[in-house]
Amino acid sequence: MNGLTESLPPLSAHEAAVEASRCLFCYDAPCTHACPTHIDIAQFIKKISTGNLTGSARTIFDSNLLGATCARVCPVQELCEGACVLGSEHKPIAIGRLQRHAMDHAYQTGQGLAIAGTPTGFHVAVVGAGPAGLSCAGELAKRGHAVTIYEKRDLGGGLSTYGIIALREPVGVALAEVEMIRNLGVRLQTGVEFGCDISLDTLIGDHSAVFLSLGLGKTPALGIPGEEHLVDGIEFIEQSKTAPAGPPVGREVLVIGAGNTAIDCATIAKRLGAARVTMIYRRTAAEMTAYAHEYAFIQNEGVQLEFLTQPVAVVIEDGRVTGLRCRRMSLVQTGPGRPTPEPIPGSEFIIPADQIVKAIGQEKPPAFNGIETDRGFLRVNDSLETSVAGVYAGGDCIRARGSASTVMAVQDGKRAAAAIDKALTGTRS
Amino acid sequence: MADLSINFAGIKSPNPFWLASAPPANSGAQVHRAFEAGWGGAVWKTIGGPVLNVSNRYGAWHSGSQRMLAINNIELISDRPLEINLAEIRDLKRNWPDRAVIVSAMVESKPEAWRTIVRQIEDTGADGLELNYGCPHGMSERGMGAAVGQVPEYCQQITAWVKEVSKLPVIVKLTPNVTNIVLPARAALAGGADALSLINTVNSIIGIDLDTLELTPSVGGKGGHGGYAGPAVKPIALNLLVALATDPELAKSGLPISGMGGIATWRDAAEFLLLGATSLQVCTTVMHYGFRVVEDLIDGLSNWMDEKGFRTIEDLRGKSVHRISDFGNFDLSFRAVARIDQNRCIKCNLCYVACNDTAHQCIDLIDSTGKPVQPHAWDLASNGKHEATGTRPRPEVREADCVGCRLCYNVCPVEKCIEMVEVPSGRESITWAQLAQAEPAVAEDWDAMKKYRDEQCIHIH
Ligand SMILES: Cc1cc2nc3c(=O)[nH]c(=O)nc-3n(C[C@H](O)[C@H](O)[C@H](O)COP(=O)(O)OP(=O)(O)OC[C@H]3O[C@@H](n4cnc5c(N)ncnc54)[C@H](O)[C@@H]3O)c2cc1C
Ligand SMILES: Cc1cc2nc3c(=O)[nH]c(=O)nc-3n(C[C@H](O)[C@H](O)[C@H](O)COP(=O)(O)O)c2cc1C
Ligand code: SF4
Ligand code: SF4
Ligand code: SF4
Repeated sequence: MNGLTESLPPLSAHEAAVEASRCLFCYDAPCTHACPTHIDIAQFIKKISTGNLTGSARTIFDSNLLGATCARVCPVQELCEGACVLGSEHKPIAIGRLQRHAMDHAYQTGQGLAIAGTPTGFHVAVVGAGPAGLSCAGELAKRGHAVTIYEKRDLGGGLSTYGIIALREPVGVALAEVEMIRNLGVRLQTGVEFGCDISLDTLIGDHSAVFLSLGLGKTPALGIPGEEHLVDGIEFIEQSKTAPAGPPVGREVLVIGAGNTAIDCATIAKRLGAARVTMIYRRTAAEMTAYAHEYAFIQNEGVQLEFLTQPVAVVIEDGRVTGLRCRRMSLVQTGPGRPTPEPIPGSEFIIPADQIVKAIGQEKPPAFNGIETDRGFLRVNDSLETSVAGVYAGGDCIRARGSASTVMAVQDGKRAAAAIDKALTGTRS
Repeated sequence: MADLSINFAGIKSPNPFWLASAPPANSGAQVHRAFEAGWGGAVWKTIGGPVLNVSNRYGAWHSGSQRMLAINNIELISDRPLEINLAEIRDLKRNWPDRAVIVSAMVESKPEAWRTIVRQIEDTGADGLELNYGCPHGMSERGMGAAVGQVPEYCQQITAWVKEVSKLPVIVKLTPNVTNIVLPARAALAGGADALSLINTVNSIIGIDLDTLELTPSVGGKGGHGGYAGPAVKPIALNLLVALATDPELAKSGLPISGMGGIATWRDAAEFLLLGATSLQVCTTVMHYGFRVVEDLIDGLSNWMDEKGFRTIEDLRGKSVHRISDFGNFDLSFRAVARIDQNRCIKCNLCYVACNDTAHQCIDLIDSTGKPVQPHAWDLASNGKHEATGTRPRPEVREADCVGCRLCYNVCPVEKCIEMVEVPSGRESITWAQLAQAEPAVAEDWDAMKKYRDEQCIHIH
């Protein structure tokens, strides 16, 4: 599909073997420490180098059930590969691509996949079938607990299915993982919205424990006139993955925001034929929250950036978008931390555009009766238990601090499963 | 610039590098191209009686992305008709008067057969003869090659037959597949040999194909031992070279030695020369990369000789032989310890795990506050490159406990990161031989040993 297919080809068996043989097999390796799920990377790479792909996949699954997604979407430059001892003077080992090699083997052959444990009689409810929910459900199934996932959408996978652009991860990879988790005996009930179709009390009543992994919401409002003419960035990406023809794309597209989501939106617009794509950001390149490698990527794609620019109103003529009224900002250092952008009086100007996408993050999770929050996110303790006993939470919906990522969500699911298992069976796992 | 020319038992060569008797020296056209590339000489692929080869002849040992660290072959001597070989040798020598053209031969163990082949070779105008007593497969089943080289009496007998008729210098090529290489070498000397060469290939089975469970290489499902050669055999070759270089009888005879077995670079070449070889033969490396490898062999050796101030090959030949000694003469009081250069260390912890699991548990992991920490001590909740690299402890050797085994030095992937540093042991220099003579009980009784150690402050944990 139209320039939006997976950009990195799989490694050939020979390429993988050669790359794997470069790995030093470090002891207590820093790459493992840097990986949020602490995969034994040296060991799985060693196994690739000996041709033991089944064992390699098993090593990965031992720490991370969603290794196929993570292999593709993890910001490896910041994580494992960023910590590789070969990084400073040579090229770090291509850990992500090697992980994908082992995962592809597992999914193609069915070898090395996790297996369900002996049934314990406990039944756990998981809300939301994103990475956090799938990871938690799978880990619980490995320990023999029955699990039902309640998911409001038609497909499982969360943002892996609906939100991560196909350049990085095709939908099929996310759906194969959902299938793998179901094959562990996990029941997936789609089209069930927690808080609407099913309440917290019902869940608590019917299950031994509950794990909430609802992720975040839509793109928040900017609060400018003409808001209703803006395209929601998350939906824009979703259509690029699920609608056969992709989303409608304008000729001159503006993307408001400069985080990773904004970069994804700009990439899609560019690849789907926009003549010009410009990203609008209140601050400067130095304050961008996007990863450095993403910023470099977008410049390569030919996307323009307008820094120190704040949207004021959507310009509409004859009911159609013709531009965005903006004003210039200047950065003022008012206290410690990031400098604050202040408007420059009388600096308003219009950037012509026929489509404007807003990509300024996601709304915080909705509030639920009785569950305490921290800055709008669900509050959890070290065992990832919320203020309600027996109700745990993880993934983006608890990420009050730090940047949200798939692998962090997977790790939350894993940790919560261990805590739930311990609470239910009284043993450490 | 250094003079690389040699005179090997009367055979002159502009440089010491010869193609070994093997596929690279199989035909006139090949050797012609090799000489064009700069090879100083060639030992023609062994000629002799009629043979037929099989296909799938070579197995190889690879390691990681390094291909062909060794080759193993089940090839026989030349399968080209004798007349053609002889004609091409004659032609080659006529075209290359300044190069060393030596012909390797192997025939049935009958005086007449040897006399005939010697005369035929002499007729070509070649500079020398090499008697192949080494081929470990196929030919040995027919009573030739290693079957001769492994029995000193046969060695001597055949050498004598050849010497009776030959006017050319005769080199005897030895097989490494013996328990004591000195015996066949002395036998060759007794038979009148003018020079020795070694090593021929080492008996080997390269491996099994785990899909078919057949040997590699497989000849229609069957396989067997073949001759092993290439970089991986160099340490074996050097050891056997040293055995000849240090044997008093052979040393006294002054027989020149043509060294081979794993020469891949000029560095290898220099080592063979330093241990007493005069000429050098190369096979596997040429089979891997072609004749052009001679350029760096010559160039590298010559530059190194200039740097070291060696003007001729004779200047450096055997320069390291006097360093060879027996364990009993090593200084027990010499002490070296490992020291890590923290500026170079990349913290892979390979030294740590090697010392901790298999050596003497004397490398510690030290955190930023200077405290030793256990491996895997980091918090499971921490992640990301900054935490992983920022909090990573550094390996440090507790020198007091280091026995100087040199394992960490060998496993460290970073050049010059770990060095073995000589430190004073505080003990008088003494060898085991001296000790065993002065205090025989120490060598025989653990209690006496304990007393000796206590006196000398030798602590082993
Ligand atoms: C555009 C975009 C690109 C991204 N790219 C990357 C990337 O390249 N690499 C990376 O590591 N991370 C990336 N992320 C972040 C990553 O996708 C998330 O951190 C991760 O998906 C979080 O997993 P989760 O399970 O917590 O939430 P989600 O993936 O959001 O899953 C939540 C699930 O819960 C369901 N749900 C929500 N409410 C209810 C309810 N009331 N009842 C029932 N079900 C409900 C949702 O439908 C969804 O399926 C990206 C995010 C976005 C938005
Ligand atoms: C394929 C092959 C064929 C060989 N054939 C002969 C031969 O016919 N006669 C002989 O004396 N040595 C033969 N050898 C041994 C080489 O001459 C040489 O002694 C040995 O390969 C060690 O040198 P290297 O490590 O440089 O290869 C052969 C070696 C190989 C690999
Ligand atoms: S840090 Fe790099 S070299 Fe070391 S084990 Fe990890 S991937 Fe391999
Ligand atoms: S030399 Fe041996 S004992 Fe000493 S630190 Fe290295 S491995 Fe350990
Ligand atoms: S093996 Fe070398 S580089 Fe690795 S930790 Fe030890 S000293 Fe450092």
